[in-house]
Amino acid sequence: MLELIVISTLNGVLYGMLLFLMASGLTVIFSMLGVLNFAHASFYMLGAFFGFQISRWFGFWPALLIAPLLAGAIGAAVERFGLRRVHKNGHVAELLFTFGLAFAIEEIVGIIWGKVPVDYRQPDILDFPAFTIFSTNYPAYKMFMLAVSVVIFIALLLALKRTRIGLIVQAALTHPHMVGHLGHNVERIFMLVFGVGTALAAVAGVIAGPSLVTQSNMAALLGPILFVVVVVGGLGSLPGAFIASLLIGLLQTFAVSINGSLASLFGPLGPDLAATWLNDIWNVTIAQIAPIMPYLLLVLILIFRPMGLLGTRET
Amino acid sequence: MTDLASSSVAPPRPTLSDRMKFYGIWILTGLVLLVLPKVFSSGGSMTTFSLVGISIIFALSYNILLGQTGMLSFGHAVYYGLGGFLAIHAINIVGFHKWPIPLPLMPLIGGVAGLFFAALIGWVMTQRSGTAFAMISLGLAELVASSALILRSFFGGEAGISANRTKLFKVFGLSFGPQIQIYYLIAAWTLIAIIAMYALTRTPLGRMCNAVRDNPERVQFVGYDPHVVRYIAFCFSGFFAGIAGALAAINFEIANSAYLGAVQSGTVLFAAYIGGIGFFIGPIVGAIFVTVLSLGLSDLTQVWQLYFGLFFIAVVLFAPGGITGLLMMHRPLVRAGMLSRMLPSYAMAALPTLALCVGLMLMIETIVHYTVNPNEDPHIQAFGIPFDAASPITWVTAAVLIVGGFLLARRAWSRVGETWDTTLTAARAKVHAL
Amino acid sequence: MRKTLLAAVAIALPMLGSVAAAQETVKIGYIDPLSGGGASVGEGGLKTFQYLADELNAKGGILGKKVEIVPLDNKTNPQESLIQAQKAIDAGVRYVTQGNGSSVAGALSDFITKYNERNPGKEVLYFNYAAVDPILTNDKCSFAHFRWDANSDIKMEALTNYMKDTPAIKKVYLINQDYSFGQSVRSTARAMLAKKRPDIQIVGDELHPLLKITDFAPYIAKIQASGADSVVTGNWGQDIALLLKAAADAGLKVNWYTYYAGGAGGPTAIKQAGLDHKVFQITEGFANVDHKASQDYEKAFRAKVGLSLWYPRAVNEMRMFAAAAEKAKSLDPIKVGKALEGMKFEVLDGGEGFMRADDHQFFQPIYISSFGEIKPGQFDEENTGWGWTQVAKVDTPQTIVPTTCKMDRP
Repeated sequence: MLELIVISTLNGVLYGMLLFLMASGLTVIFSMLGVLNFAHASFYMLGAFFGFQISRWFGFWPALLIAPLLAGAIGAAVERFGLRRVHKNGHVAELLFTFGLAFAIEEIVGIIWGKVPVDYRQPDILDFPAFTIFSTNYPAYKMFMLAVSVVIFIALLLALKRTRIGLIVQAALTHPHMVGHLGHNVERIFMLVFGVGTALAAVAGVIAGPSLVTQSNMAALLGPILFVVVVVGGLGSLPGAFIASLLIGLLQTFAVSINGSLASLFGPLGPDLAATWLNDIWNVTIAQIAPIMPYLLLVLILIFRPMGLLGTRET
Repeated sequence: MTDLASSSVAPPRPTLSDRMKFYGIWILTGLVLLVLPKVFSSGGSMTTFSLVGISIIFALSYNILLGQTGMLSFGHAVYYGLGGFLAIHAINIVGFHKWPIPLPLMPLIGGVAGLFFAALIGWVMTQRSGTAFAMISLGLAELVASSALILRSFFGGEAGISANRTKLFKVFGLSFGPQIQIYYLIAAWTLIAIIAMYALTRTPLGRMCNAVRDNPERVQFVGYDPHVVRYIAFCFSGFFAGIAGALAAINFEIANSAYLGAVQSGTVLFAAYIGGIGFFIGPIVGAIFVTVLSLGLSDLTQVWQLYFGLFFIAVVLFAPGGITGLLMMHRPLVRAGMLSRMLPSYAMAALPTLALCVGLMLMIETIVHYTVNPNEDPHIQAFGIPFDAASPITWVTAAVLIVGGFLLARRAWSRVGETWDTTLTAARAKVHAL
Repeated sequence: MRKTLLAAVAIALPMLGSVAAAQETVKIGYIDPLSGGGASVGEGGLKTFQYLADELNAKGGILGKKVEIVPLDNKTNPQESLIQAQKAIDAGVRYVTQGNGSSVAGALSDFITKYNERNPGKEVLYFNYAAVDPILTNDKCSFAHFRWDANSDIKMEALTNYMKDTPAIKKVYLINQDYSFGQSVRSTARAMLAKKRPDIQIVGDELHPLLKITDFAPYIAKIQASGADSVVTGNWGQDIALLLKAAADAGLKVNWYTYYAGGAGGPTAIKQAGLDHKVFQITEGFANVDHKASQDYEKAFRAKVGLSLWYPRAVNEMRMFAAAAEKAKSLDPIKVGKALEGMKFEVLDGGEGFMRADDHQFFQPIYISSFGEIKPGQFDEENTGWGWTQVAKVDTPQTIVPTTCKMDRP
């Protein structure tokens, strides 16, 4: 029992931090620009593929630096030449624009790198088990992931709350004209924020790519869960996203370890009901539906607390 | 006094010619649907028409949400799919018990199923519009799609549930085996659904939906609850989506988890938006366009999804009103008889734009050849046009077309903008002067 | 709007007719994904069938007619597949072949069966080369459907027959994707193991949603805690790649008995995880099978196509089709179908297989192979330097499973 709890907690925290790493950029963009970026997972994927390509040429560490810069530049260009144009047509148009973008990026990546997974490896220097608990190894690379995630969280929080730039960015969101009159280029600030958000997605891509599967459909497979994190945490709240990531990580991990079902609780169904669809529901274990629990959580949160855990606005 | 006030609120009765025009359009539509299979009679075109009909109903039902009530849904396929599944189960049950219910009534069962689930889920979903609604619909769609694979006895697992539509009670000796009979069944339902949904937009409810979309606070001041209006609109939308799903189930004689999936939800969003959500006719145009494109484009090029995505981005960027929006923009000009003034500048802009598109396509196809099929013969065909992907001439042509086309198109389009402004002002002045 | 419709139709109709060609060929409609996520697999299959058609044509075709493969993109969508099948039939195709996805296979088999009922004299046959849902040759069997791949029950029969004679296996863990295929792997594994090796303990039985998991660490922790020595899984795609990587990360030491570790991207993941000869797959053939003819074939195929031969069964399919047409002296689908029933055939990888008449399921020797370091000169996969080598061969009689099929024959 102790083993189960320790291991599940560890796995849950690790998974939660991975989710936060991926979703941090999304929440930054949303809190600053009010744009729900459907293509966020696509920038994550771009990061992974850039990371793969650059680490082939120069090694993993240069890739960790260059790939996010490249993806951030692309993100900034997308904002400058695309989003800014559709901004006047409202949020639905912005959302649909990023929706189309996600579609196009997936195909382009498929054309350039093919549709089968690429052989993207973690650096040798981190390829050893960091420690072993109850005969389960925890690789150093996962610890590295955890560390980066925490560093990003703290850095973002400090940058937004404590630095001058952060204050200007926050002011530009609520009072763009006032900030403009003070001599700041509001449009450039927005472009910068979008660039930083997509660069964060790319950091996640470079780091998560080797330990997950780097493939042209990875964005589509990952996309929905990131929205869950951001929405559950409260749209635009960075600490909220952090807590939501941990919550979802732990929820899912602990759910996997529970084998209970309605049948084990109330006993099996009578034979006349055994062949009906009720039997399916009756025998589903909690472990079986663990990965779709976050979606359940999303629906429940939106019904009972639409602003999310730590959000301040409803929409 | 009161008489005067109320009579001035009601619009004047349309003149006879207006009414003739109005009913004429519907009768004409019916006639076209009737003779269509006589003109194109191959099995493939029958199937295409049937699919177009289904997706018209589906896209229109979606537009009740997005276009008319301002609710962006990412999970509309849930009601489509559940309608389809219920219809398939109904066909099997009715066929098994030999009840005297003919096939043409089955879409109604799908519709009621869609209505039932929309009514069940809708109340909590429609509490808010905007992003919250979009996100709930996304989460719910994921939940339903995932459960569809887990709950095998109802959804039939991966293989889905199949049925035989010919085993039902027969009316007028129709077996509904041949595709032509299914086409007429779908065409009839499409016409009924279009008329019903059009009528819906003309009711006070339809008007209230528009008001909720534009300004929910004011709706509240007037004494209506926006939540209730959204809920009712949501139920109607679910009903028609269920009809579309049932028709699809009848057409394919199978329902499976793909009916409920994200692809289906995305396609209907594409169709409605590309067609234009601002006009009733928009989703119809969009449904025809997207269905035909997705059926045909994959024969022409391997990377049709890329073109599809780029096209969608272009629509969002340059034509937020969709295809219909673009066309309808010209109505004042047509009325004033000044459309011809725009044509020269359109022609000027069309040429470099076309060059730009061709250049881009040439580039994409060449790159695809090199990355996807590197070992094959470089004499490739895209869109039926053969060219040599290995030849430098192709590369130079592509580069020149892209760069030249882009520069010229930018200038030409800004010229179009200027001409547009002056022409529109002139046209307005002329119409007002009349 | 009507104008738009007509214009759209005017555009569409040439497309619908674009697959039409001369009548003097035997057309085989190849319905599989050629765009989108599944395209890499579909393209590989198409190249295989085109290679096979060229091979037949070099020998003079079938009954003197050239074989032509008509590629049709179904986007891995069952509904789309039916449209493509309709298109193919319009273009004069009487034989279609498909493999990716049991949902597509189920829809296609159903569609073609009904088409044949409603259009007597214009029958179509459906050759299935990779969809393994047992239902297609059991409750939903059809005269029009022939399957060359071993269905998942057959593979499990072969695997459990191997396990029967492998006393080292004591504790088995089952982990599968939660949909028809995964559920069928799991229930047959339980049933067959209970019969053949009642001493084997099933220490865990996990189902997880299809393609929804990013982090398999919790599942690995459960397997670790259960003390299993072997894991049986039907996972494919990223679900197998992530599972194996997570296992390697956690230092889990078990043997993996898989259905699809050899699928596109699988070998890369195994090499990355460093699981040398720990991952096994159950197939009807593989590159390094000890049979001269098939090794030569593999070499020629790789040289020409640039891929390893994923589908030895496709070779069997096309060769048997040609043989059946020669035997029936006709290309009429009904006659070819009757000729195929019960046909015995020497398969590409050596040994005799037969097409069971009761349910149109092909039975053939099944191999269990493991992935890891190879001897010089052996074939590797996905440029990893590792390849599949034989662990066991299960002969045809040991792979036969009963069927519940009650077939309506024309």
